[in-house]
Amino acid sequence: MYGSFRVLFQVLWAHLLCGWVLGSELTFELPDNAKQCFYEDIIIGTKCTLEFQVVTGGHYDVDCRLEDPDGTTLYKEMKKQYDSFTFTASKNGTYKFCFSNEFSTFTHKTVYFDFQVGDDPPLFPNENRVTALTQMESACVSIHEALKSVIDYQTHFRLREAQGRSRAEDLNTRVAFWSIGEAIILLVVSISQVVLLRSFFSDKKTTTTRVGS
Amino acid sequence: MMLSVPAAAGVLLLLAWIYPSDGLYFHIGETEKKCFIEEIPDETMVIGKYRTQLWDKQTSSFLPSTPGLGMHVEIKDPDTKIILSRQYGSDGRFTFTSHTPGEHQICLHSNSTKMALFAGGKLRVHLDIQVGEHTNNYPEIAAKDKLTELQLRVRQLLDQVEQIQKEQNYQRYREERFRMTSESTNQRVLWWSIAQTLILIVTGIWQMKHLKSFFEAKKLV
Repeated sequence: MYGSFRVLFQVLWAHLLCGWVLGSELTFELPDNAKQCFYEDIIIGTKCTLEFQVVTGGHYDVDCRLEDPDGTTLYKEMKKQYDSFTFTASKNGTYKFCFSNEFSTFTHKTVYFDFQVGDDPPLFPNENRVTALTQMESACVSIHEALKSVIDYQTHFRLREAQGRSRAEDLNTRVAFWSIGEAIILLVVSISQVVLLRSFFSDKKTTTTRVGS
Repeated sequence: MMLSVPAAAGVLLLLAWIYPSDGLYFHIGETEKKCFIEEIPDETMVIGKYRTQLWDKQTSSFLPSTPGLGMHVEIKDPDTKIILSRQYGSDGRFTFTSHTPGEHQICLHSNSTKMALFAGGKLRVHLDIQVGEHTNNYPEIAAKDKLTELQLRVRQLLDQVEQIQKEQNYQRYREERFRMTSESTNQRVLWWSIAQTLILIVTGIWQMKHLKSFFEAKKLV
């Protein structure tokens, strides 16, 4: 009876764990002069990592600030393009991190962040965690970790590529508008030069004839 | 003792489903619309779960849940075509599968019509968005297909590799778009430079010719 209770408890625990979020990755738009804050309740002793990257907008920089439940600033950086910060929660409570675009007047930015709290939940609720994993299982675990880092690298590569692509598209539109604008300016300036010169000489002509006679 | 165990189990299970996520949260104003971008390859499943809490001025705290307050969820595909536009309750779960690769936009805003509800002005939204292979619930898959632990681990690895492959395909498609944009810029710079030089030369010649004929007419040359 005690054994069945233990099994039930472990299955429920696994169920709860799978329902619990242990990592959030979001990309959001930060308008100019705006500040966006996110909060998370963390248990003491959990190892957490905050990683952010500015994807599009202006000079591709943003202010970031991370505070613990008492309001102490754990991390503060101004105008940073990309950074990664790892810390271990020293207190129980709500941790807050904010991204600020208050220094910018008209460019809104797209910011990506990845906030990992603790480790991933276990895949399979093991009744006997004391026995070591077999060779096959530990090989699977190491492949899983390696693939996780591959996916992570892919994400960062995708963000850098998005940045490059948005700059290239900006450049393309700017070249188009500026070329058309310059051609128009060229035509307007040359025609007005001729008109202006003509106006000078038509006045002078009447004065010379008057002097002559 | 015998009776309380199933009861406690039932309560725990219920809690696990009613409060699907208790992770990241943020505050949203009454008419504010919060948008999140997910850049994903095609045929990728995305599951979003949210939970709302309303600020109660009397108790100066957030109430557990607010019945009657809904959130409107709008999802746009990379061609800015709306693929999902639905109203959910105060706790909701939305899911969609992308059919074109690119930037999908997920927007949330509250549908509150009663101004009194938002007197405090703050609504706390717990949000969790899972993409691709993170949407798979492995214990459920193991139970359904009756897999051993090793088989489940291999299934997870297969899902991860499939996601990596999809992302690489998408990467190839994006790189092609980038290359097209750069080539278009290159072409534009080339042709517009030639055109502007021609305009310059033509207007210069026209100016000289016109002025020459003008001065000849005025008998100054």
